[in-house]
Amino acid sequence: MSVAEAPVARAVVRGSVRGARVREALFRAALLLCIGFAMLALAVLLADVAVDGLPVLSLDFLTSFPSQVFPERSGIQSALVGTLLLMVVCAVFIVPVGTATAIYLEEYADRDRWWNRLIEVNVQNLVAVPSIVYGILGLAFLVRGPLELGRVLLAGALTLGLLVLPVVIIVGREAIRAVPSSIREGSLALGATQWQTIWKQILPGALPGIATGVILALSRAIGETAPLIVVGAAAFARFNPNDLTNDPFSALPIQILAWVQAPQEEFRVLAAGAILVLLALLLVMNAGAIHLRNRYEQRW
Amino acid sequence: MAARPEAATAPGGPRPSLVRGRTRRSVGEHVIKGLLLAAAVLSVATTVGIVVSLLGETIEFFGQVSVGEYLLGTKWTPLSSGEQQSFGVIPLITGTLYLTALGLIVAVPLGLGSAIYLAEYASPRARRVIKPVLEILAGIPTIVLGYFALTFITPVVLQGIFGIDVQIFNALSAGLALGVLILPVVATLADDALRAVPEALREGAFGIGASRRQVVLRVVFPAALSGIVAALVLAASRAIGETVVVLVAGGASANLGIDPRESYQNMAAFIAQTARGDIAVRSVEFLTIFAVGTTLFVMTLILNAISIRFVRRFQQVYE
Repeated sequence: MSVAEAPVARAVVRGSVRGARVREALFRAALLLCIGFAMLALAVLLADVAVDGLPVLSLDFLTSFPSQVFPERSGIQSALVGTLLLMVVCAVFIVPVGTATAIYLEEYADRDRWWNRLIEVNVQNLVAVPSIVYGILGLAFLVRGPLELGRVLLAGALTLGLLVLPVVIIVGREAIRAVPSSIREGSLALGATQWQTIWKQILPGALPGIATGVILALSRAIGETAPLIVVGAAAFARFNPNDLTNDPFSALPIQILAWVQAPQEEFRVLAAGAILVLLALLLVMNAGAIHLRNRYEQRW
Repeated sequence: MAARPEAATAPGGPRPSLVRGRTRRSVGEHVIKGLLLAAAVLSVATTVGIVVSLLGETIEFFGQVSVGEYLLGTKWTPLSSGEQQSFGVIPLITGTLYLTALGLIVAVPLGLGSAIYLAEYASPRARRVIKPVLEILAGIPTIVLGYFALTFITPVVLQGIFGIDVQIFNALSAGLALGVLILPVVATLADDALRAVPEALREGAFGIGASRRQVVLRVVFPAALSGIVAALVLAASRAIGETVVVLVAGGASANLGIDPRESYQNMAAFIAQTARGDIAVRSVEFLTIFAVGTTLFVMTLILNAISIRFVRRFQQVYE
């Protein structure tokens, strides 16, 4: 490089450095805009629901039954009770079944056997099946068909349970896998059987993780609308479901949907109130999950 | 104890039983294993149940409506009566794809931008704020997004701010809400894919003088591409199967057009709409629920298979 060329070359480099800096800054700003949009969407959504729904919230709103005629006397008692019962029944179903499946896949299944690989791939696939299709399953097998339960809470709870079972299994497996194998081997070396090892050593260690998975699954279940529509949950239920296998039932998302689609403005406001109750319920559950994760998570 | 190291290297594999012979203890162990297997088989039974529940009625449906009319017909009015009744599913499928495309137009750039920022730019402290926001957004029930689309996006954003002359039920609001619904899916999964790219690749690129933007766009992004594609496919499959957002904000007409200001319906929303009405069991209207359900199930199954294939490829690269 000759002496005369050097300053020119330096100028070119400096210019391109400035251009590059601008491009870097613009790129970064564009990325920040993307994140900003996501945060803005959440903030506006919550603000919109809160502005519409807060004036409706009162003790009467929680304890009254929904009315199709008088919005001012309408409430969500049957829907809230329905959602809470759905959650309990669903938990009774998914906790043992989901945990058992996770234990089987992690502790017993020999991956060289085709049926074990089938179970694994199957769980993966079930996660991606649209929730409305689970509704069809519930309609065909639980409401009608072989079990013939009718449009009752048990059918709804089992449908939601089948829908969220893969979540429990996947999170449960991760929790079990996180228990170090030195604990397993120590227990086996002391003469414990495989089941004693699982029951006394592995499950206690994996419990916070499994519980987190169950809470996540339940919070997904109580927010689901589509399967309950197909299974036949009732909007505007005038009484609480006292019998899981006989009475019609309602649930918060179903009641919200009915109010959102009502033509009068007064009912839309009720939907916002019910949404706030549903979101509060989800918030409590997620806070519980985070608490569990932080408090009991073991470090090995 | 020759089997011990084997058990140590393969956690989760079969473990040698310490007790030989059929003592009472080993019988109990076998019973327990059987019970656990039974629970695991329930998940397979669920899939079988889905297929059986869809297929039986779908076959019955095609006994009354020809396959050609269903798959090739362009008029979808199964709930009308007499001459007006028509079972061409194409408007329902194009409606589904159209709404999904609108959702993807929103969610792909914004989700990928968020993922790149999270994975490559954000400080650990910023991550701790942004990640929970995405998790909360992902946990918002879809009925809430439907409410938001109908009572805010349409009247305030579309008609108010942008002055677009949309109908009450329109594809634009439903598509935007679908975009918000799948944005966290894209962002979270793409973030995972980007973070799985080994640090050495980034350092190598920095070492030869690349800027951060160049590293991200020319090295990290291409390296994570199959994971990112899997994320997008999964997000698309979420949008295709979404019911309530479309039911509330999209309206109830199967529309073959492309005007986003009009009302559109997708397959899942049609199923929900029809299942809610009072229709006689075993009538052809009732059977459409299952025929459309099968169509939707097959579409998401294909997408999921594609996504799993991409994930496998992406996992193999750096292991």
